[in-house]
Amino acid sequence: MAVTEERLFGKAIKRREDPRFITGRGQYVDDVKLPGMTYAAFVRSPHPHARIKKVDAAAAKKLPGVLAVYTGVEMQVGGLPCGWMLPDIRVPVRPVLAQGKVRYVGEPVAIVVAETPFAAKDGAEAVRVQYEALPGVADGKKAHAPGAPQLFDEIATNQCFHWTIGDKAAADAAFASAATVVSQPLVNQRLIPNAIEPRACVASFAPATGDLTLWVTSQNPHVHRLLMAAFVLAIPETKMRVISPDVGGGFGSKIFVYNEEVAVSWAAKTLGRPVKWTAERRESFLNDAHGRDHVTEAEMAFDREGKITGLRVKTHANLGAYLSTFAPLIPSYLYGPLLSGVYKIPAIFCEVWGMLTNTAPVDAYRGAGRPEATYLLERIVDRAARQLRLDPAELRRRNFIPPFTDGTPYQTPVAFAYDSGDYEPALRRALELAGYEQARREQAAGRQKGRHLGIGLSTYIEACGPAPSAVAGSLGAGAGLWESGQVRVHPAGSVTVYTGSHSHGQGHETTFAQVVADQLGIPMEQVEIVHGDTAQIPFGMGTYGSRSACVGGSAIVRCLDKIKEKGRRIAAHLLEASEQDLDFKDGAWSVRGSPDRKKAWGEVALMAYLAHNIPQGMEPGLEATSFYDPVNFTFPFGAHVAIVEVDVETGAVKLLKYVAVDDVGRVINPMIVDGMVHGGIAQGVGQALWEHGVYADDGQLLSATMLDYAMPKADGLPSYTTDRTVTPSPINPLGVKGAGETGTIASTPAVANAVIDALAPFGVVHLDLPLTPQKIWKAVAAAKR
Amino acid sequence: MYPAAFEYHAPTSVKDALRLLGKLKDDAKLLAGGHSLIPMMKLRLAQPGHLIDLKKVKGLSGIKEEKGALVIGAMTTHWEIEASKTVKAKVPVLAEVAGIIGDPAVRNKGTLGGSVAHADPAADWPAAMLALGAEMVCEGPKGKRTVKVDDWFVGLMTTAVKGNEILTAVRVPAWPAGSGAAYMKFPHPASRFAVVGVCAAVTLDKQGVCTRAGVAVTGAGTKAVRAKGVEAALTGKTLDAAAIEAAAQKAAQGVDVQADLQGSVEYKAHLCRVFAKRAITEAVKRAGG
Ligand SMILES: Cc1cc2nc3c(=O)[nH]c(=O)nc-3n(C[C@H](O)[C@H](O)[C@H](O)COP(=O)(O)OP(=O)(O)OC[C@H]3O[C@@H](n4cnc5c(N)ncnc54)[C@H](O)[C@@H]3O)c2cc1C
Repeated sequence: MAVTEERLFGKAIKRREDPRFITGRGQYVDDVKLPGMTYAAFVRSPHPHARIKKVDAAAAKKLPGVLAVYTGVEMQVGGLPCGWMLPDIRVPVRPVLAQGKVRYVGEPVAIVVAETPFAAKDGAEAVRVQYEALPGVADGKKAHAPGAPQLFDEIATNQCFHWTIGDKAAADAAFASAATVVSQPLVNQRLIPNAIEPRACVASFAPATGDLTLWVTSQNPHVHRLLMAAFVLAIPETKMRVISPDVGGGFGSKIFVYNEEVAVSWAAKTLGRPVKWTAERRESFLNDAHGRDHVTEAEMAFDREGKITGLRVKTHANLGAYLSTFAPLIPSYLYGPLLSGVYKIPAIFCEVWGMLTNTAPVDAYRGAGRPEATYLLERIVDRAARQLRLDPAELRRRNFIPPFTDGTPYQTPVAFAYDSGDYEPALRRALELAGYEQARREQAAGRQKGRHLGIGLSTYIEACGPAPSAVAGSLGAGAGLWESGQVRVHPAGSVTVYTGSHSHGQGHETTFAQVVADQLGIPMEQVEIVHGDTAQIPFGMGTYGSRSACVGGSAIVRCLDKIKEKGRRIAAHLLEASEQDLDFKDGAWSVRGSPDRKKAWGEVALMAYLAHNIPQGMEPGLEATSFYDPVNFTFPFGAHVAIVEVDVETGAVKLLKYVAVDDVGRVINPMIVDGMVHGGIAQGVGQALWEHGVYADDGQLLSATMLDYAMPKADGLPSYTTDRTVTPSPINPLGVKGAGETGTIASTPAVANAVIDALAPFGVVHLDLPLTPQKIWKAVAAAKR
Repeated sequence: MYPAAFEYHAPTSVKDALRLLGKLKDDAKLLAGGHSLIPMMKLRLAQPGHLIDLKKVKGLSGIKEEKGALVIGAMTTHWEIEASKTVKAKVPVLAEVAGIIGDPAVRNKGTLGGSVAHADPAADWPAAMLALGAEMVCEGPKGKRTVKVDDWFVGLMTTAVKGNEILTAVRVPAWPAGSGAAYMKFPHPASRFAVVGVCAAVTLDKQGVCTRAGVAVTGAGTKAVRAKGVEAALTGKTLDAAAIEAAAQKAAQGVDVQADLQGSVEYKAHLCRVFAKRAITEAVKRAGG
């Protein structure tokens, strides 16, 4: 761990980026204005599954302002690549614009480019496409059934992969000798991400140089450049610059390379004019990668003492019509290895069928695989507590992995070796803050009077900071998962930091500056953080999987180590002292024992650039680059408690109280972590109670607008109580674990368990998400009958 | 996001607006707060060639007392009604309805006239208009006419207003002393429109017997309707819990309940009964019963 003095680390410093955001001065992709700009609109499939008989663009091309209409016939480029392979996976070709067939509602069929967005939209409406409708299938499990509509001739039974993890024989043996077996089929419903800023891109091509510049809402601009230049457009990476400026939220949906940015880039090059496209909200619903969508059968084995002895899981994961950039990873390695949770489970076996259906592609959405695993585990553990007549807190306590905080990892039976953990204190604290005993008494008293309170727990593990590159490679990654950092010291001592991470709401400009300013002993005002431009930053992997602090931050720390090392040599030279005798403190090197003999940071920085008097053979300048490859994931954990009241007459749920105790390792900025936790909880509560991307059986999307798709709103959420325990990660120099997704992962099961708990008097043991009033009312009505 | 092209007109008098409407006919749409019309245009579900904005038309907004009734100009916003002292004194349930429409931005733009002219099956105002027995004042080329609310909501998003008319005001009677009214809705989790909304008004005599009841249901069907069975079951009774419960059982009668993602016909019919019970109970309490 870094041994520096920490003036800023751990302080709730206000976000430096906020003044520009809250005064409307952010610069988003849609704010990019270029001379000669044109605008794109897409013609999209209204059918879940159909053959394209004919595209007639004649009328559209005649409309005033319309410049061009291109279909998959004209736009001959590579398909959109999938960046993660699993054994025996069958990868369908995903065209940028449909080729012969459409396979989901919203699939782009043609791009219309015009002088104004209005004309482009008029043009898109005027393109006549003749379809021959085919039967479609939207459900991952139904797609597997004999006779189900086939999306691709070459992919029999729509099965993209069958993946397993764990020891089947050991798991079967555990079940054979179990004292109790708890079974629970469950659905983790489809979610549709809704970042406040819709996806957007602007492409500009300079014919004289052959340079393509793409502004795009990307969580990982270098990944966008690599995949688009190398695999789709077939141009050298040197000829493509990707800029991802201010970005208003991503939640995973802006990791991936989509049809639109490719089509817009191709059109800009073909037309010789810049092209802009900004998604309409409806387009976001139709074509942004969705999240979750699992149908699962799970069973858990217990011995006589209520100790878990085994877990078996079978999941059909709906991947949508094509494989989005990291689709295969989410329901496999980000899911199965999480199934041990915070529990000691001797034997686990999990199998997953990755299924193609006539729905929008599914990929990482905040939590990505981990919410699915956590919901399953926490739901089944709660159900087991009911079956075993144990308090759900007690059953969890009995099964916690004992504390391991000395650097020795805990090896689960499903690949992961957790870095550090101490689970009981977080639960104890959460129960204390929730007033658990008192709440149970109120619950009992309320039930006498027809008031139905429910108390739900969730104790979770999370895996952050992907990932050791060699491990990622062995599991099928098409990329390394290290991160880059670069620190340039300027002659007068201020510092520019270039990071491969990308901030789209996370507040890197603040947290990274806190770390840098601390380590160099300079004010934060002297530190500038730069991200999101492939022409400025070294190749980097971007932000997802709560990796920015632990991987991106560590890369910066490595740079600072190198800079301080060189600075020390210069200082020692100027002070005519030995390097070993220097201390670096408060932004100055001083000779141990004679503190007056010192050189300040600024003096050393200046000398590095003047180079009038530096050690012989030393190169001038003061900058460093680092590529940090983590040795493991980090494993944050925690305990959440939700208290709800259910109006059994209508089925309405009111969330009365929410307590979150998280352990995200060391905390750089508690206000930013709180913000992450708050937003994450809202999203997880949204999944528990409201959000549902509903497809009709044949693949029509029924919840394609904000009028139908219920996002969480402030009036449905209580004021949260948050606290933390701190178990530093031993695997990175900052001791941080990651805080971006914990709220989302933990809150869905906490709220679901609370609602089911409230319905205990009616004998309800499970309902699938989201827990809508109608579902609850039906269950209560059935019990009353 | 990008509506089809249209011409914009901003007349300053009802007469000018009517003249434009007469000339442009079906190709024109009146624009009030725009909070129903503009979203439909952005989704290109509506593509009028002309918009006639009523914002600058004189005399269309404001709240007046007139012969035991409130006369509310069609262009009066939800917020103006929510905040009006006159409304709170004379027909307080109107402020209650206004206050739970959408959010503050919606309430500051959306208008009473726009809402009752639009006749969205899940809108809140229609239930209150029906329960209270309002009248709609329309002006056309041949002058003014008044339409009783019972004749106003014709079907899904259709009203008795003619293509060449403008709804200029809504007249809502103030109920006599000893009356109380309440509006309660089960909000849609996404839009906050009413999945089911019930407005109930009652007048009680000195003995606590209900002499008049107005109950109407919105949200559940293709249009808001009066729950006449409930009204009949309330009238002439002392409204204790049992009487209210029994009357509320009839709340879904005559509602063409529609199933959708929010609920089956059975569930929504149940919600009609629950919210009728709750709204009546509150109305009786407010009436001093
Ligand atoms: C986010 C959001 C949330 C909402 N939530 C709710 C809610 O919870 N409950 C609810 O009831 N409503 C809700 N609404 C709708 C809102 O109340 C609208 O304002 C209202 O339905 C229409 O009023 P308007 O003034 O905006 O009419 P406009 O949209 O301008 O017009 C609607 C229609 O009425 C016609 N029209 C308007 N004025 C007249 C007139 N004087 N004479 C004849 N025809 C006329 C127009 O031509 C148009 O066809 C919501 C709207 C939004 C955008």
